Amino acid sequence: MEILVCVKRVPDTAENEFELNSEGNDLDRDDLVYSVNEWDNYAVEEAIQIVDKVGGNVTVVTVGDDESEEVLRREMAMGANNGVLLSDDAFEGSDCRSIAAILKAEVESGAYDLIMTGAQADDGAAEVGGMLAAMLDMPYASLVNEIEIRDGGKIKAGREIEGGNQEMNEIELPCVLSIQTGINEPRYVGIRGIRKVAKVEIPTKSASDLGIEENSVGEKGSKVKRLDYFVPDLGEGAEMLEGSTDEIIEKLIEKLKSKGGLG
Amino acid sequence: MARIFAYIPHKEGAAEDVAYEYITAAAKIDPNAQVTAIVTGHGDALDKAAGEMTAYFKEVIKIGGEELAYPNAEVIRKALVNILPADAVFMGPHNTFGMDLAPGLSVKLDSPSVSDVVDIEGMDGSTLKVVREVLGGQFSTHVTCDAANGAVITIRPGAFEPAESGSAGGEVVDKSGDAGDLTAKRRFLEVLEAEIGEVDITKSDVLVSVGRGIEEEENIEIAQELAEAMGAVVSCSRPIVDAHWLEKSRQVGTSGQTVKPKVYMAMGISGSFQHMGGIKGKPFIVAVNKNPKAPIFQVADVGIVEDILEFMPELAEKVKEL
Repeated sequence: MEILVCVKRVPDTAENEFELNSEGNDLDRDDLVYSVNEWDNYAVEEAIQIVDKVGGNVTVVTVGDDESEEVLRREMAMGANNGVLLSDDAFEGSDCRSIAAILKAEVESGAYDLIMTGAQADDGAAEVGGMLAAMLDMPYASLVNEIEIRDGGKIKAGREIEGGNQEMNEIELPCVLSIQTGINEPRYVGIRGIRKVAKVEIPTKSASDLGIEENSVGEKGSKVKRLDYFVPDLGEGAEMLEGSTDEIIEKLIEKLKSKGGLG
Repeated sequence: MARIFAYIPHKEGAAEDVAYEYITAAAKIDPNAQVTAIVTGHGDALDKAAGEMTAYFKEVIKIGGEELAYPNAEVIRKALVNILPADAVFMGPHNTFGMDLAPGLSVKLDSPSVSDVVDIEGMDGSTLKVVREVLGGQFSTHVTCDAANGAVITIRPGAFEPAESGSAGGEVVDKSGDAGDLTAKRRFLEVLEAEIGEVDITKSDVLVSVGRGIEEEENIEIAQELAEAMGAVVSCSRPIVDAHWLEKSRQVGTSGQTVKPKVYMAMGISGSFQHMGGIKGKPFIVAVNKNPKAPIFQVADVGIVEDILEFMPELAEKVKEL
């Protein structure tokens, strides 16, 4: 089975304390720690496990700049066979639709049975996978938390739905799935693993390599535009308890007593 | 004037809360907008949901058929593409169904798409301006889209006030005949209900709930000690279940359990909307997090900036001394 996993390099929410820049319209991007989007990592692990069972290859692809190569290399250290970087100045400022259009061109240049994305990334949009599927006229399922490869070009896929329930579906291949966290336990990647793939050539494809009209994607081709970043004003927020830990605990215990939090 | 179509999700004919929230959201796009509800389904459940919506919407489109008995987004999308006008502003819910439906629908309608909208600034000419959140709710952004040829937006359930009065006196229009070919390459099989764990967190008045801030599996014990001292039960956020440190039945959130405690101790939980969506009944929320910018501090009653691994044992000691 040939599997393509679409991944993204994102600011790591666990490693950064985000600040706005001096203009207050974007993140202060100096010194941000980036990593592979958490959901994508589960998708790559799932792809590797499927190929381990039924044979085939896992290719990881990303739309990004030169620095995005590091996330491809990291996923190859996990066990992905190939990496492809889709990079062009014309891709900058792409909305989800443009990203999906760029990925579509890559999908069509290969012969993939299964395409996976993470269920969402740093923007919380959860859109690229579903858009890509519709562009390719392939069936789609989002928030997938279980995959079973069946005979006859079909899979059985579980989707996470509300209340901790699971919706089971039978889907014809080729298809696109967006993967939810918790579907597996992504393997650890050590320094040695990264070193092993440090020299592997990762092909870069531009808009013209992919046959993409430059004005159809990126800033020019995107109808959805992000204007700024700001900190939402949600009223008063919490009453912050301050002082030494002992003082804080004393205040907290008084409050808990009055709210029925201590039996 | 925008023509707005709101997709009404329902369970066995009972509309989900978001149905009433669309009305507020639509008015923010255009107070004079003509808003049409769309209900899909089969049999009595469909008629019940459609009938209920006539109190809130002037026009209610129902699309029925056996294929639509279970809300399979791949099937519903095909029907919607055949029924929606080209310039429709479509509103859906940003939940597990909306995430399945909306992105592909926007491609098929060739309309721009904006998901998980938490507020709407309005429509200026054909430019729709909305607010959404990024980086797990740490920041908000203003987003515009050119809705000259329609748009697909999904709104976050609970983000807009529900409409109260229901006296629209609307009519149901049956468009089942226009739905077209509803065969799909994805077939719904069944829903597997969540397993009930050894501890029922929905029954506890006090929850000590742990998130990523717990850092290591071994540290769960620290939370258990605090919970014991307080007469509480340990619950958790999604990453703890993903890591298999606690069972799924202890997860609070839209994809886990809905809880209604008196006191909710959010320990090292950032406070994503999916997590907060599982907390009902306005409990007293205490948030302890070492990141002073954690979104949880905006919704908690009391906030403490400390490392939970040091704070919880000390609190447990003091509670035991009482």
